[in-house]
Amino acid sequence: MPSIKRYKFKLSTEQLLEMLYWLKLIRSFDERLSILVRQGRVRSGVYSGIGQEAIVVGTCYGLRPEDYICPLHRDLGTFLMKGVSPGVMMAQMYAKATGLSKGRDSALHSGVPELGIFGNTSMLGANTPVAAGLALTFKVEQRDNVVLAYFGEGASNTGDVHEAMNFAGVHKLPLVFICENNIYSYSVPIEKSMAIEDVADRAGGYGFDGVSINGNDVLAVYQSTQGAIARARAGDGPTLVECKTYRWHGHSEHDKPFYRTTDEEAMWKARDPLPTFSAYLRSQSLLNDDIMMGIEERVRTEIDAAVKFAEDSPEPSPADAASDMLA
Amino acid sequence: MAREISYLDAIREALFEEMRRDDKVFVLGEDVGAYGGAFGITKGLHDEFGEYRCLDTPISESCIIGVSVGASLRGYRPVAEMQFGDFITCGFDQIVNQAATLRYRYGGRVSCPIVVRAPVGGNVAGGLYHSQNPESWFVHRPGLKVVAPSTPWDAKGLLKAAIRDDNPVIYLEHKYLYRRAKGPVPEGDEIVPIGQAAVRREGRHATVVTYAAMVAVALEAADRMAGEGVEVEVIDLRTLAPWDKDAVFASLEKTSRVLVLHEDVKTLGLGAEIAATIMEERFDDLDAPVLRVTYPDSHCPFSHVLEQQNLPNADRVTESLRRLLAY
Repeated sequence: MPSIKRYKFKLSTEQLLEMLYWLKLIRSFDERLSILVRQGRVRSGVYSGIGQEAIVVGTCYGLRPEDYICPLHRDLGTFLMKGVSPGVMMAQMYAKATGLSKGRDSALHSGVPELGIFGNTSMLGANTPVAAGLALTFKVEQRDNVVLAYFGEGASNTGDVHEAMNFAGVHKLPLVFICENNIYSYSVPIEKSMAIEDVADRAGGYGFDGVSINGNDVLAVYQSTQGAIARARAGDGPTLVECKTYRWHGHSEHDKPFYRTTDEEAMWKARDPLPTFSAYLRSQSLLNDDIMMGIEERVRTEIDAAVKFAEDSPEPSPADAASDMLA
Repeated sequence: MAREISYLDAIREALFEEMRRDDKVFVLGEDVGAYGGAFGITKGLHDEFGEYRCLDTPISESCIIGVSVGASLRGYRPVAEMQFGDFITCGFDQIVNQAATLRYRYGGRVSCPIVVRAPVGGNVAGGLYHSQNPESWFVHRPGLKVVAPSTPWDAKGLLKAAIRDDNPVIYLEHKYLYRRAKGPVPEGDEIVPIGQAAVRREGRHATVVTYAAMVAVALEAADRMAGEGVEVEVIDLRTLAPWDKDAVFASLEKTSRVLVLHEDVKTLGLGAEIAATIMEERFDDLDAPVLRVTYPDSHCPFSHVLEQQNLPNADRVTESLRRLLAY
């Protein structure tokens, strides 16, 4: 099979600018959340994805409504791209009644089946067997939909990820594994987590291909993901797409990552996916200051509206504290 | 004369009937396919329904449960088999954190209609890892239902009910009863409702609350006590979560003396919960403390001599009943 890294794709100007909009929206959402945490208006449960937006946008762009995503805790942007409004996501972070969990859980632990979103627990990697179950139903129904399962390089070491990859390989499930390798599991650096360099190398052990790509290049992510998705839709089974990246903030907003060096952080910030992409678009004369300002204005308006919606939303009802255990 | 079958055949019959009735029901587990299951319960299912409705899995309990959760999100009703209930701990996280919390953390918008079948219990030369009674862990966890049939009638009726229930149900089938318990079964669409106990023997002097393989022990003890003019009422809980408080309270009102008998260990076994609940809610109905006859706080030894030392038997039950009556 040809390498998915050379998958041929075509994106129109509108689509490229739409990708830029998503990158900007997701970055702004996370930046605003960081401020809200410092202001004490969002209590906790924020796992910033700043720096890793190209993976969110590159993997989610162009998915069908019935395709399913099983994101990791840092991928708030995937919920937005799959159709949850910024207001509802912000309300979720505020633990308001209008959030996905009605205040019962924060962040990304809740999903929306109608939009093809599965929200995991805090047990990293536990989303991958669930993703395998979703993909199994697509295969059994002979649908050409796909499931995307996300996990970090740290979570790639859990038993659940091993079991899910093995199962997916046995049954050639339409399941694309997206590994976001940001070289730290909280404070533990990759060399203490794994004996090998590239998570992608493990795919062969499960009977499918793995590729390792620049996770800060949104078009590279899009290309490889679309290649993997095309394979899955054609019935050729799973692929592992390892995206090399870096998170700018700590593991959570309460973590000051002193375990990293400022040199390392500076090196990665210089590879910020957003200016990289906009520079590319400018070089192709697809983007100018007017268009950029339009996008930034739109994003600012949406984020402000989302915060207002969250702040104006009611707290959850006390009756919801201990209800809905059972149907 | 009603048709009588074994407890094991009753479970198989329920599976066949529910899989014929609803094509979203499917079975998965180790050796369930062509082999027909370690105990022969799924014999014939693979032939009639094919690989993807009676699926042989790798040794991956966590994945088996996770796949079940994923499939249930798309409208399927998986019946996952743990080859021995002792191995359920290998999938513990997917049960207690994934399945049990799904409805709650999704704001009540979804449910998780999976069944996890687990052969439990000892007295079968099983030793530490083929004899356990894990019910307490799951009764303890909000968001799960737990059933434990003692007769073929209840084995079939409760499994049908469990499959039709929209919640995760842990179905604990007692392996000692597989071929030793024989009796009639419900026909057609008749089920046994979850949450409803059964009075196995009426009496007015003392109540024994029990379930699964201990029901026969309670009845043996009751027969002996009848010889001494003591009439013991035996309540078979059938469902452990939610357990039938009303049935227990109704019996307590008649007898004023309760003994809880279970094969599970003493500490934090169901007896502790039942005793505490009776004290809190029906203290005035008691003429004596609630006594418990249980396994000691021990693992399950393999040696027959050692195991018989640990297992509750009619001698221990009658001894406790006499203490109860002497109050």
